[in-house]
Amino acid sequence: MDQQTEHYDVIVVGAGHAGVEAALAAARMGCQTLCLTLNLDTVALMPCNPSIGGPAKGHVVREIDALGGEMAKTIDKTYIQIRMLNTGKGPAVQALRAQADKWLYQQTMKETLENTPNLTLRQAMVEALVVEDGVCKGVITRTGQTFYSKTVVLTTGTYLRGKIILGELEYESGPNNQQPAIGLSENLQKLGFKLVRFKTGTTPRVHSDSIDYSKTEIQPGDEEFRAFSYETTERNPNQLPCWLTYTTEETHKIIMDNLHRAPMYTGAIKGTGTRYCPSIEDKVVRFSDRPRHQIFLEPEGRHTKEVYVQGLSTSMPEEIQIKMVRSVPGLEKARIMRPGYAIEYDVIVPDQLWPSLETKLVANLFTAGQINGTSGYEEAAGQGLMAGINAARKVQGKDPIILDRSQAYIGVLIDDLVTKGTNEPYRLLTSRAEYRLLLRHDNADLRLTELGYEIGLISEERYQRFKRKKRMIEEELKRLKEEKARPDETTQAILKEAGTAPINNAVSLAVLLRRPELSYAHIERISPPPEPLPREVIEQVEIQIKYEGYIEKQIQQVERMKSLQSKKLSPDLDYHSIKGLSYEAREKLSKVRPLNIAQASRISGVSPADISILLIYLEQMNPARKNA
Amino acid sequence: MQQDTIAAIATPPGEAGIAVIRISGPEAIAVADRVYQGKNRLKDVDSHTIHYGYIVDPTSGERLDEVLVTVMKAPRTYTREDVVEVNCHGGLVVVKRVLQALLNHGARLAEPGEFTKRAFLNGRLDLSQAEAVMDLIRSKTDRARQIALRQVEGRLSKRIGELRQILIETLAHIEVTIDYPEHDVEEVTQALLREKCKQVQAGIDELLKYAEEGKILREGVKTAIIGLPNVGKSSLLNALVRENRAIVTDIPGTTRDVIEEYVNIRGIPLQLIDTAGIRQTEDEVERIGVERSRQALAEADLILFVLNQAEPLRDDEVALLEQVKEMNVILVINKADLEPVLDIDEVRKRYPQLPLVHISVKEERGLDQLEEQIVEQVFSGQMDGDDLTYVSNSRHIALLHEARQALEDALKAIEAGWPVDMVQIDIQRAWERLGEIVGDTVSETLIDQLFAQFCLGK
Repeated sequence: MDQQTEHYDVIVVGAGHAGVEAALAAARMGCQTLCLTLNLDTVALMPCNPSIGGPAKGHVVREIDALGGEMAKTIDKTYIQIRMLNTGKGPAVQALRAQADKWLYQQTMKETLENTPNLTLRQAMVEALVVEDGVCKGVITRTGQTFYSKTVVLTTGTYLRGKIILGELEYESGPNNQQPAIGLSENLQKLGFKLVRFKTGTTPRVHSDSIDYSKTEIQPGDEEFRAFSYETTERNPNQLPCWLTYTTEETHKIIMDNLHRAPMYTGAIKGTGTRYCPSIEDKVVRFSDRPRHQIFLEPEGRHTKEVYVQGLSTSMPEEIQIKMVRSVPGLEKARIMRPGYAIEYDVIVPDQLWPSLETKLVANLFTAGQINGTSGYEEAAGQGLMAGINAARKVQGKDPIILDRSQAYIGVLIDDLVTKGTNEPYRLLTSRAEYRLLLRHDNADLRLTELGYEIGLISEERYQRFKRKKRMIEEELKRLKEEKARPDETTQAILKEAGTAPINNAVSLAVLLRRPELSYAHIERISPPPEPLPREVIEQVEIQIKYEGYIEKQIQQVERMKSLQSKKLSPDLDYHSIKGLSYEAREKLSKVRPLNIAQASRISGVSPADISILLIYLEQMNPARKNA
Repeated sequence: MQQDTIAAIATPPGEAGIAVIRISGPEAIAVADRVYQGKNRLKDVDSHTIHYGYIVDPTSGERLDEVLVTVMKAPRTYTREDVVEVNCHGGLVVVKRVLQALLNHGARLAEPGEFTKRAFLNGRLDLSQAEAVMDLIRSKTDRARQIALRQVEGRLSKRIGELRQILIETLAHIEVTIDYPEHDVEEVTQALLREKCKQVQAGIDELLKYAEEGKILREGVKTAIIGLPNVGKSSLLNALVRENRAIVTDIPGTTRDVIEEYVNIRGIPLQLIDTAGIRQTEDEVERIGVERSRQALAEADLILFVLNQAEPLRDDEVALLEQVKEMNVILVINKADLEPVLDIDEVRKRYPQLPLVHISVKEERGLDQLEEQIVEQVFSGQMDGDDLTYVSNSRHIALLHEARQALEDALKAIEAGWPVDMVQIDIQRAWERLGEIVGDTVSETLIDQLFAQFCLGK
C-alpha cells in the first residue's frame, strides 16, 4: 500500500479499552481496520485501578464476551485474583471481579490485536478528521499523513486536552504522563461538537516491600473455578491476595490541615468530578463524621512491586501524599513509587450521539468510551464493541445494532448516555437497570450469543455449544414442570432432611424447587434427569424456576416497553410542527431525536401528555390509515 | 398495542340521579366481575347486554350500590376494547366508592381524554379527529395532573414525603450493599427490612384511615375570595357557608393561616379561601402574609374578586385585577344595597371578558346569581377542574392501597427468605406508588440518595 494515501474500511483512533474492542470487532467482521494509538506501549493501558468487573461492570464484561468481544478472555488469561461478589444475595446481582496483572493484560491484548487478520495497529497522533459535506472520510496525523476510511471510531479516553493536576503543579498531559491530544479537541470544536470538561483521578502506588502486611487483613481470591468468558476452561494458578487497611484520624487531620493546597478546593480543578469515585479529600470533607475509610492494597501484577492504594485517590501535593499514606496502618514506612493525581479532559456531550454511537453532526463518525462521558474500563469496552460493530455494519450497508434496556447493561449504558446525557463521569450501577432481574451475570450468553452469532463475532463451534446448552435447559425446565414427586418414603425423607414440610399429594418438581429450603441437588435426588446435567445448565434451571414469579413480572414490564419501542420515530421528524407538544418537549425531542416512543418517554421534560400526542400524531401519519 | 385497563366517571360531576362509570381495556370484564354481584358472572354474559345487580366491596362484603351494568365486548365499542359501564344510583359519595372499588381491584384511573385517545388509536375515530384529540389531551392532561397533585393537602404530602424518605434510605442501603459489596456498611438484615416495611405500612394505614374518612385528601374547586379590606370578603364567605351545607369539618391540629371553608354549591364541591385573614395582619407579618396570599392565588381554580359598589375603583384594585385577569375570575360587586359610586361601565370596559354579578351580602341578595355563575364557570369548560377534581381522591386511595400491597409482598418475601435484591423490587414499587401521589417518581433520586448517604469511591 502507498504510505501516503492508505485506504481502510474502519479507522479506530485510540487503543484503550474502547479502542481495542472496536478495532477487533470491525476487523473480525471482515473490515480492513486501522487502529491508531499515541503509543504502542500503552495498548489496553489500565492507568487507574488494576481490576476488572464488580457489580454491573462485571455484567458488562460477560455481555462483551457473549457478543464476541475480547475483554473477558484477556482478563481470564491475566488475572492474579478472581472472586464472585454478592454470593449471599440473589442471582441477578452476583458478579465477578478480577485483579489484573496490568502489564500482562496489556501485552496479551496487544498480541491479540497484532495477530488479528484485517487489523493494522500503528503508532500515530491524530490531529484532525477529514470531513466532507458532513461525512467523515478519514484522519490526519501530526506527521501530516492522511488515512482514508469509510468510517471512523474515536476512542480518545482522557487524552483530549488532558491536564494533570497535582497540588500546585499543572501540566498538559494524558493519563500517566502520556502525550495529550490537543489538536483533535480543537478540530472537534471547529466541527461544531459541544465539549465539556470532566475530571477523574487516581491513587498513589507504593512499593510492596515497604508495606507491613501484618497490620492489614488478607483478602484472598476464590478457590472455586471462576471465569468471565464462556470459552475459558482453565484457571490461572497461584492467585495473589489483596490486603485491607483503614485511614486514621491522623490521615483526616493531615487532609483537613492541607485543604488549602488541594486542587479540588482551591479552584484549580474546573472539570466535573464523579460522585462514584471521589477523592479522599472529598470523602473526608463530605463525610466528616466517619472515623475511618477503607483502603485496599492491590498488587498491580506478578512481576512488579507496585501496589495500588485503593481508596486514596488524591491530587494533593506529593509531600502531603507521603504524609497521608504513612498515616495508614501498615503503610508507616511506605515508599511512594508514583504519586496520585487528578486529570481533566474534554468530553463530547453524549446527547450528540445516536444510539448506534454514530454522531448526529458528522455521519460515519462514531465515538466510544470516556470521550462520551463515562468512567471505567468496562463501560468503555462495552461502548467500543458496539461502536466497532456499528462502524463495520455501516461500511457493509447494514442497520446498526442497538441493544435495548431489557437486553443488556450495555443497552442501559448507551441509552442513558444518548437519551439523558450526563453531567458527571457516568458509572454503571445495577440500580440503573430497571430490569435487573433479567440482566443477570449468569444468563449473558442466553441474552446475547444469538445476536453475537448473527453479527459474525461468535464462532460456529461456540454457537453450536450454546444451542446445546439452551436445549438442555429447556428440556430440563419442561421435565421439572411436568414430572411429579410422589409422597413416598424416599421423597419425604429428603424433604425432612432439608427441613421443609412433607407433601400430601403428588406435586410437580418445579413446585418443590420453589421452596426456599430446597435446591436442585435435592430435586435431583428425588427424581434425577435422564442424564446428569452440566453445572451451568443446573444453575439456569434453578434460577429460572426459583425466581419465576419475579422474572415473569419483569417480562410483562418489558413487553409493555417493547410495544412502545416498536413505534418508530423518524430522526428527521420536525417536532416544532406538531402542535400539541409542550414547548419544553419540542426542544428536548428536537435535540435528542429519539428513534422510538419508548426512548422519547425516557427524556426528562417529555410528559405523558406529550407521549399521548406523539402516539396520535404517528397514527395520523400512518399510511395504512390514510389510504383506508 | 398492549394496554392496561382504565376506569373513570363518565357523567359530568354534580349530584345528578345517575352516574355512569366506564371501564375499558383487556381486563375490563374481569375487573368489573371482581366487585359485581348479580345473577351471572359478567364474563359469561353476551356482549351488549344489561345486567342488574350490586357492587360489593370484596374486602368488607359491604354492598355499595344497586346498579345496572352494561357489558360490551371488543371490537364494537367506543374504544374498540372490552368496555363495561356501571350505572350507579347513589349520589356523589356512592359513585366515588364504586370507582374506588374498581381502582382497588385492577383498574387504573383514566387520564382525561384517554377513552377518546384509545378510540382514536384503535381506529375507531376518523383521522380528521386527530387534531381534536390532541387538543383534548393537551388542554386537559397536564393541567389535570397539576390539579390532582394540588389536591394533596400539605400535611399529607409531608407525611408521604416522610414515608418515602424511610423507603429510599432503605433502598439506598440495599443498593450500596449490592453495588459496593466490599464497602464497610453493615449488611441489610431481614429484621431491619421488616421493621422499615412495617413502619411505612403503619403510616400508610393511618393515611388510608384519614383518606377514607375524607379528612385529609380534600377536594373541591379551589376558590379564592380576594379584594381590598372591607369590601365584604369574609361576609360573602360566611353567607355562602350559611346558605350551603359545609361538607368537610375542621381538621384538628392544623393552624389556619388562611380561612378556608368547604361548601357544596349545587353539587359542586368548593373549597373557599378567604385571603382577608392575611391582609389584616399585613403590618406584622407582611412578608409571610403576602407570600401566602400569592400562593392562594396561584393555586386557585376560581377567583371571586369582590368590589365595593359604594367606593370608586382604587389603584390597588386595578393592580390586583391586572395580576389575575387571565385567570378564572368572577367580579362580585358587593354592597348593592348602597348608593352606587363605583363606575361599573368603566370596569366592564376594562375587563369585558370577566363575568360580573351584583350582590348584597347584607340583604342576602344576588347570591343565587353568583352561585349560578360559579356553576356556569365550572361547567362551561372555562375550568379544567371538573371531574378530575373529585375523582383524584380515588386515585390517591388506590395508590395508597397499591403501596401497601407492595410492602405486604415485601414482608412475605422477607419471611420466605428471598434475597435482598428481590425484596428490593417490592420496596421500590411501594416507593414509586407513593411518589405518584405527590408527583415524583424520578429514579435518579435513588442514585443521589446512594451517594449522599454513603461514602463510596476508589
